[in-house]
Formats: sequence, structure tokens, C-alpha cells
Amino acid sequence: MVGKDVKLPGTYLKGDEMYKLPGLVEHRPEAKYEFASGQAQGRFLQGLKEGKILGVKCPRCGRVYVPPRMYCEYCMAPTTEWVELSGEGEVHTAVVSYISTFRARLEKPEIIAVIRLYAPGYTGKPDEYEFPGIFHKLCNVEPDDVVSGRIIGARVRPRWRPPEERRGSVTDIECFEPVVEG
Amino acid sequence: MASRVAIVSMGWYGFKSSVDELSFREMMFEAATRAYETVGLDPRRDVDAFVSCQEDYWEGIAITDEFAPEPVGGVLRPTLTVAGDMLQGVAQAYMMIKTGYFDVVVVESHAKPSDITTMHGIFEMALDPLYLRPLNPPNMHFLAGLDAAAFLQRSRLGREHLAMVVAKNKRAGLSNSRASHAAPLSPDDVLSMEPVVDPLTRLDIAPFSDAAVVAVLASEEAARRFTDTPVWIEGISWITEAGTGALAWHTIGAMPGLRVAAKRALAMAGVSRIDTDTSFAEVDDRYSYVELLALEELGLGSPDEVARMLEDGDLDPGGYYPVNPSGGSLAAGVALEATAGFRLLEVYERLLAGGYEEGRERGVVASWRGPPTRTFSVAVLGV
Amino acid sequence: MKPNIFVKDRVAVVGAGITLFRRRLLETPRELAWEAASMALESAGLTLRDIDCIVIGSAPDAFDGVHMKGEYLADGSGGVFKPTVRVYVGGGTGVFVPIAAWWHVASGHCDTVLAVAEEKMSPAHPHPQGVFAYIWDPILERPLGPNLIWIFALEMRRYMHKCGVKKETIAKVSVKNKRNALDHPAAQAAARITVEDVLKSEVLVWPVQRLDISPVSDGAAALVLARENVARRVTDSPVWVEGVGFTLDNTHWYNRELAYPRYVNYAARMAYKMAGIERPWKEIDVAEPYDPFDYKELHHIEGLMLARPCEAPKLLEEGWFDRSGELPTSPSGGLLGVGNPIAAAGLMKVAELFWQLRYEAGARQVKKPVHLGVAQAWGDLMQAGTVIVLGN
Repeated sequence: MVGKDVKLPGTYLKGDEMYKLPGLVEHRPEAKYEFASGQAQGRFLQGLKEGKILGVKCPRCGRVYVPPRMYCEYCMAPTTEWVELSGEGEVHTAVVSYISTFRARLEKPEIIAVIRLYAPGYTGKPDEYEFPGIFHKLCNVEPDDVVSGRIIGARVRPRWRPPEERRGSVTDIECFEPVVEG
Repeated sequence: MASRVAIVSMGWYGFKSSVDELSFREMMFEAATRAYETVGLDPRRDVDAFVSCQEDYWEGIAITDEFAPEPVGGVLRPTLTVAGDMLQGVAQAYMMIKTGYFDVVVVESHAKPSDITTMHGIFEMALDPLYLRPLNPPNMHFLAGLDAAAFLQRSRLGREHLAMVVAKNKRAGLSNSRASHAAPLSPDDVLSMEPVVDPLTRLDIAPFSDAAVVAVLASEEAARRFTDTPVWIEGISWITEAGTGALAWHTIGAMPGLRVAAKRALAMAGVSRIDTDTSFAEVDDRYSYVELLALEELGLGSPDEVARMLEDGDLDPGGYYPVNPSGGSLAAGVALEATAGFRLLEVYERLLAGGYEEGRERGVVASWRGPPTRTFSVAVLGV
Repeated sequence: MKPNIFVKDRVAVVGAGITLFRRRLLETPRELAWEAASMALESAGLTLRDIDCIVIGSAPDAFDGVHMKGEYLADGSGGVFKPTVRVYVGGGTGVFVPIAAWWHVASGHCDTVLAVAEEKMSPAHPHPQGVFAYIWDPILERPLGPNLIWIFALEMRRYMHKCGVKKETIAKVSVKNKRNALDHPAAQAAARITVEDVLKSEVLVWPVQRLDISPVSDGAAALVLARENVARRVTDSPVWVEGVGFTLDNTHWYNRELAYPRYVNYAARMAYKMAGIERPWKEIDVAEPYDPFDYKELHHIEGLMLARPCEAPKLLEEGWFDRSGELPTSPSGGLLGVGNPIAAAGLMKVAELFWQLRYEAGARQVKKPVHLGVAQAWGDLMQAGTVIVLGN
């Protein structure tokens, strides 16, 4: 019987009790890596530098991949055909972040979104489970647009950094912003 | 009696100091495609589960499992990661097939040590944080140095025996396209070098290689669908002696964990002596001394006897009982968790090449996960 | 894959153990593993000598700050001169450990397995969230400076949008689970809270607030699994592993509809097929869906086919998932209430099914009679689904 009154092993340390114990070892890991970007991502990053969002198309099933992969993961076929997307798409979902990577409070909240990119062969219908998409920040959007849900489904396009500032990184796109009609 | 388990195909990519042209995922894809194409297998239709063997800190990605499925065709399929060497992954696949529930299981392992710029720092992270890290060991070979010194002392062998292993393997690798660190060396070349950690010189320590290896395992029934030449897994065992937090419990200068693993795997395969019932072995040689120690633990003979065989050329590629005819890790490098995959691949291909005496149509794989672990795996393959 | 009739040996769970779950525990990871393992052995009336093989589960190495964490945990988990392996599917690991243990036994390779899961998140500084910085794609995602909570918030927002769910409803999961946890001896975050409390807690990444999330924890859990003939010898009430399932979806979570977890669904179908379950919403008596966030429990209930897509919030409102309800979920208190030492939390859920199916859960015991239970965990970037079905 493991009911509520069973005494379990484990010694709880409150607050900074740990730091008062003898023998605390501090270790700062030395772990650095240089990742090869590989063929597909390498070309994608080069495209960003040139202000283009590139995808690949599977010759077998016709799926368009953004970010591109060297092979179609559903067919296991090499993806050979590169396609340039307009960069426009619509917001699949969006949130308001009040914290940084290390959980520090941000002064100004950021809007983060998943964007479903327009691509040939994709209907954009809500029942489409898979789609070429990108994960990025939104600008010109207020927290209330997220809370109210207005932003979901809205048309957006990339705001590019000036060519001289682009480094072949996803940050060459500063953010995505709503397309103002007319 | 459940079905036997076979390897029906293997594929690989890399085995170079640095594979710059491809990311680790693309290396996995290349190795997988080669393994699948050989037997006309469609991973999206014919495979029941996928096993990837990798470790977070080797990859530089926390939860590296995230990247396991796509490159091998495992998207939306049963896919898992084994934080262990490839032979431990093969053991999982072996058991999965033995349940009768899985017919075909793919095992993958890859390594890109060339992406790691702070190998020493990574090694340090594997040491017990409370006891060993504060000692701040100057290099990552100190455990192997201790082990090698204790082995030489116990066996009364000398550095020249280690040098003979190095020369044998580096030379054997010259005829192996995967052995990019092969060289026509003599024992004197090794003996003339300064030790890195006494008694080991730079040449006694296998360098690193980037590589990806993929194996397709199948039940007997399924294996026949894909190939006329299955290679059977007749015995497999994996043993951890103790944890890396309990180095004091480790036996230095011997590998009793390997002995237990060998005993079990050989018994499973019905092998009483490796040199009479099998034709050759691919054993761990990430440090030169490990080959001799491993042969002792595999039951080939006492260190004395093993040394005599080495001196007489019995362990050479054309000898009485070839050991590491591939050139081993000394010639092909240590590809992290794929190192065991390299040895498996060598035994697999060599068995397929054929030409063995009746009753000896088998090869042995013996693997160590490397310092600071005390984890060993042994497999017996047969045709 | 073949139907289950060919499975060689029936496998039973015969013992379970758990440590306290707390923000920070004095014990080292090895010691925690040992505490849980020895409790599990004791509850099965076995000693380490009786154990053939060891399966270890632990999520990112970076939490404990140890590379090759399985090797480090080996001796604490009983891995001394025994076949020992660490399996890993991110957050799904906890439920995956008994799945791997199952094939160790079902293959005939081992008669008894000790399955141990441990996590110590407290060593990471300044905050364990920093560890999550390294789960992202180093080239495509890390440059954006992401926080792990982003993706959950994105998923939660999508789920709310697609299913028309209010935050007030989702908050009820947190209220239920934290209340259930009041009866769990390991619980770290048990509390009597209200929906108001959740909605007033700190907003981290809207719609995710402080009380929508399970806490950061240290802890370990363990199970003993055995082959049928051994199980019958050591206990009168073995709990059988009826089905196992696991699936890994692609890495690119932002190329998929986030409102429905198909990876959980695929894993569930695999497990139900093996267990011979055709109508899980009727046949399952008790469930432990993975609940690191409150919305996740609902999301996973739907993935497990215990409710139709978008139906779980409605059933929740009707009390369907309460301990006294038609289909109690997270009677343990879940990760939201008991705590979330990643892999250990998943295994805690399987241990809860073990206790429920033996009618040993004390105050946590669900009202209705129980025959079949399902536990599930999810892991990686919206990718891994792990499901186990147990029966008595």
C-alpha cells in the first residue's frame, strides 16, 4: 500500500541550504561545438542571405519542405527540386513571451509564432496536418491580437534585414509582419 | 522456440577524420539509404522499429533523440534512442525481434567528433562530479594509462607488445577503405615516440573518425524475404561492471565485465573456444593494450599465450586467428558510439566474403564503450 | 508487425518504488536511483541477486550535469555486472523504461528486470530552463533565443483556437491534479487551489501561466518486471503489461498541426492493438496521461482516444476525469501535483497504475472498479509518444 502516509526516501533541501553544505562542487562545463550545416540547410541559409525563402519538393509525394531537408522523410526519397516561396503565409498559432531563454523577465514582451507558408500544392485548409512552415517572431502585432485570437489565420510576410546585415542565418529575417491590404 | 535473428544488410558513410560535406543527419541518411537499397527494402513500409545509438553530449544537443527519426525513415514509427554503443542497440533490436512482435528492426549509430571542439571538456563531463572532476585530470587518457600500466605489470608484457599491436593494425588497415588512419608502421616507430600517458604513446591511442553505420535486423522468416545471405546473430551480451561514479570498484588492468559478456555470448552461440569455433575477431583497440586484454578476457589464452601468438604472426590478417584484420580503431578511428558498429560491419562483411572452414563460419565482435565507462558488449555472428 | 498472440512470454509488474519529488534533494543522482530501486525490490520481495537485467531511463544529461548519465547511474540502479542499458526518448522516457523492460522479458532474454528512472534538475544553474536552450536545432532555431515554454504556449494557443477552449477550463486540470496530489506521499506541488489562482499566477508566455506548469524537481522511481512464472511465484496480484506502443514524429514540429498529437495517437493504437482493445474510451478504467502542462492532459486524453478530438475539455467540465468520475485521469496528482523529475515522473505514472490496479493506492484509489489502465508520456519537440497498457 502506497497511501498518503508512507514515508518515502529523499532529503529535501530548502532555499540555499545546499550552499551551506560541505563538499559542494561547482563545475562549468566546457562543451563547444561547430556544427556543419550540411547540404540542405546550407543552401537554405544562403537563400536567406539573398532575401529568399527556399524549399525543396519531394519528387514522389509532392510535399514541399521548409525548412528544406535533403530527403523526404515520408518517402525516404532524395529531394532534388528547389522551389522559391513568396515568403508570405498565415499565422498558425502565436503567443506572447514575457521571459528570456534563461527565464529572466523581459522589459518588452515578444510575439512568437508558427507561420504556415504559402506554397504550390498546399490548400491552406485547416484540416491539412502538414505544411511548409517557419517558427519566428512577429512585429506590428499587439499582445491583445494574440489573446483575442485575431492574429491566428492572419496573412504575414517576412521583414528582411538590409542585405549588408545578412549573415546567412534565420535572423536575416527580422520578423514576420501582417500584410496590410490595399 | 522463437525465430533466429539475422542481419540482412548494413550500410555506412564516412570513416574520415572529418566529414565536412554532410551534417550528421545527412550522414545517417546516406548510410541508411545504402543499407536499404542493397536489399530493396522500403523503410516506410518494411520496418517495424528503429533504434538510434547516440549520446547528448557527443551531439551537442540536449535530447538528441529529436533528430533520430527522419534520416533513417523512422518518422511516425516506433523509434527509440539507446544511450549506448551500437552493439547495445543491436541487443535491443535482437530482443525486440525475439518477442515475436517485431519482424524488422533498423539500428543506427553515428558520430561526428569533428564537430566537438572541446573533447576534453566533454570527457570531463562523464567523470563523477564529486570525486573526479575536482582533480581536474590533465588529459582524457589517464584512466587508460592506469589500466594499461596495471595490465602490463600483471601480465609481465612490455611496451613492445603494445607497439606490435599498433603496427599490426595500422598496417592491416591499408587494404580497408574505411581505415583512413592506416599506415605502414613498424613497432620501432611506436617505441621511439614519447608517451602521452605512460605506457601509451600517441600511436597507441586511436584517433577519432566521423562515421555513420546502419544495420537492418530481421526475424528468420522476414530475413528470407530480403536476402539469400543472412548473417545470424548467434550470441549477444552486454555487461556494465559498475557505474562511472564508482570508479573505485572497477578492476584496473583487467576487464571482468568483458569476460562475463564474452562467456554469455559465446555460450549462447555454442562456442567453446573462439579460435576453434570462430574464424576471426574484431575487438576493441581504442588503446593498443585493450586488444591484448580483450583477447585474454575472450578466452583466447593467457596474456603470455596471446603475446606469443602476436609475436608469431598468428593474429595477423592472414594468420591462424586474425584479430582486427580490418585494422581496428587504430586504423579506422574511434567513431564514438558507432565504433561498435564499425566492428560489427567488419565482421558482417568478412563473413559474407566466405571461405571459412566448416564449423568455424563465425566471427566475434567485442566492444568497450571506452573510458570512463566499464560497459562491454560481445556478439557472435555466423553464416 | 504481428498481433500479440505470438508474444512469447507474458510480462508482469511485481514491484514499485519511488522517492520524494522535491525542488532540491540532498541525495546524488546515484543515491536517488538506489533509493527507488531498493524500495521497488523490497516491495516485490526480491533482492538485486534475483534481477537479471537493468533498464535505466533519464532525460537530458545536462540536468544532472553528467555526460553518459546511464553509465553514471548504473551502480545506483543495480547495474553491477549485469546487462544494463539506458534508453531514451526525451520526456517520453519515463513510460518508455518499462516498455524496454517488457521486451527484455518478453524475448526470453531475462526473467526479471529492474527498471529505474531518475532525474535531478537542481544542479543546473542559473535555471534548468537554460538546459532547454540546447534542445533546439542549433542552426535554425537557437539563433532566435527560444525558451522551451514558447512551444507549449504555441501548442496550447492552437489547441484553444481550434477547439474553442477557454483558459478557465484548462485551469481546471491544474486544480484537479494538484488536489489529487494531496494524497500522494511523494508530492511536491500538492495544493488546494482555484481556477482564479491559476489565472492570477505569473504570466510567462501567454497563454501559459505559472500554475499551468508542473514544477522543476529531483526524484527517482523504479519498477520490477518479471516473467509470468516468476511473477506468480512472488505475488498473488501481478499487474500484466497488456500492450506497449511508441512513436517518434519528425523534428520539425512547426510543419505540423499543433492542435492534435498524432504521435500519441499512433503510439496508443499500437499499444491498444497489442492489448486487444478496440474501444479504449469504454475499456480503459483509469488513465495517467502526461501532464507537464495542464492543457497537455486534455490534448493527450484525445490522442489516447479516451475522448474525441476537442471533446476532453467538455468532459473535464462534467467531472468525467475526477477520481470519482467515469474515467479518472491522473489520480496520482500527475506531474502538476506530484512534481516533474522528467523520466522519474513518467515512471511515477506507471507506478500509479500498478498501485491502482492492485487497489493499493489508499486515499488515491479511484471509485470505480479497475481492470485496465493506460499511462502515457510525450517527449522531444512534440514528437515522442510512449504508451503502456496494464491490466490486473
